[in-house]
Amino acid sequence: MDKTESAARRAAAVAAPGYVLDRREAVPRLIGRHEDFLFVGGLAGSAKDLAQLTNDGAHAYLLGGAMGAACMMGLGLALARPDRRVLVLTGDGELLMNLGALATIAVMNPPNLAIVCVDNGHYGETGWQRSHTARGVDLARIAAGAGIRATRTIASEAELEEGARFLRQGNGTCFVLLRVAPTEPPAYRRNLDPASCRERFRAALLGAR
Amino acid sequence: MEAATTAPGWQEELYALLRRNGVTQFAYVPDAGHRVLIDKSLADPEAHSIPLTTEEEGVALLAGADLGGARGVLLMQSSGVGNCVNLLSLVKGGRFPFLTLVSMRGDFGEGNPWQFPMGQAVQPVLEAMGVICLRVERPEEVIPTVSAALTMVFKSGQAVAVLLTQKLIGAKAF
Repeated sequence: MDKTESAARRAAAVAAPGYVLDRREAVPRLIGRHEDFLFVGGLAGSAKDLAQLTNDGAHAYLLGGAMGAACMMGLGLALARPDRRVLVLTGDGELLMNLGALATIAVMNPPNLAIVCVDNGHYGETGWQRSHTARGVDLARIAAGAGIRATRTIASEAELEEGARFLRQGNGTCFVLLRVAPTEPPAYRRNLDPASCRERFRAALLGAR
Repeated sequence: MEAATTAPGWQEELYALLRRNGVTQFAYVPDAGHRVLIDKSLADPEAHSIPLTTEEEGVALLAGADLGGARGVLLMQSSGVGNCVNLLSLVKGGRFPFLTLVSMRGDFGEGNPWQFPMGQAVQPVLEAMGVICLRVERPEEVIPTVSAALTMVFKSGQAVAVLLTQKLIGAKAF
C-alpha cells in the first residue's frame, strides 16, 4: 500500500514541473508567527501542516471531514472576532468543492480574514490523483474573479517573506495560492474528535462561558 | 396567496426576538418567505447580513461564528436543506449549536411539482443528520416556537430547524 502510494506520488511530482516548494518548509515560512492567527484548517494535508506548526494548538480548528467547509468557517469566525486575524489554510481539493464561498467572502470582505490555498495539484490523501488545478484551473484567478481584491500566487522561496507580510495586512480579505510540490505533508497524529476540538478552541479563545 | 405579499406581523417580531437573543449573523439564499428578516438584517448596522451562493455555506459559517462566540441563523427554503446535508456532519460531530428557519415548499397546496421531492424529504433528511424539526402551521405559533428553538440551540447546544409550513406562509400557485 505504502509502496504504491509513494510510486503514485513520485509520478505526480514528475507530472507537476512548476510545483517546486516543499510544503513542510513553505507553509511555516509563509505563516511566520502562528500565534498571530486563529486558524481554520482544511482536511488532510493542510490540517497536518497546521497541526505540526501549532502542535495541534487550541487556536486551530482542523477539519477531518465536512469537505468544503473551511473557508466559510473562517468567514463566520472572522465576522465574530474582528479583533483577531483569522487564517484559513486549505488545499486545492477542499477549496474546489465550494468555490462559491469565495464569492460570498468577497462580498463580505472582512479585513481580518486571510485564505491560503496549499495547491499541490493533487488529491494526495486518496492516491495522488491529479486535481483540476494541475489541469489548468487557476484558483488565484478564480478568487480574483470572485471579487477578492488582494490575491497572490507564491511558487518560489523568494516570494515567501513578502507573502508573510501580505497575510498580515488589513485592508480586506486576502487570498494566497501557495504552489507546492506534491510531497507528503508532515506526519502528525492530531486530535480527530470534532466536538472536543470545538470545546478546546472556545475555551482558549472565550474562556469559561 | 403569495408569500411575498402577505408579510404578516410575526416577521417583524421574529427579527426582534432573534436579535434580543444575541443573533448577529443572518445567512441566507434570497427567498420570498424570509424577505422581511433578510431586509431587516440588511438595514441593521449591528448585524451581519450574509448572502450565500448555496445553503451549505451557511452551515459552515454558523459553526465558525460559534467558534468565535457569536450566534447566527440560517434562513433557507426547503430545497436548500438538500444542499446542506454533508456539512451537517460538522454540526453533529462537533456538537455545534445550529438554528435554521426553513420556509417550506412542496407541501400543503403546492402548485409546482418540482418542489415535492425535496419538500417532502426535508424532515427525514434533517432528522437523519441529527437536526430536531419543529413545524409551525399557525401565525400565533411562530414566536413561541422560535423562542423554544433558541433555548434548545443556544442553551442546550442542539441543532434545530423551524419549518415554516405552507399552511403558515401560503402556497405559491405556479
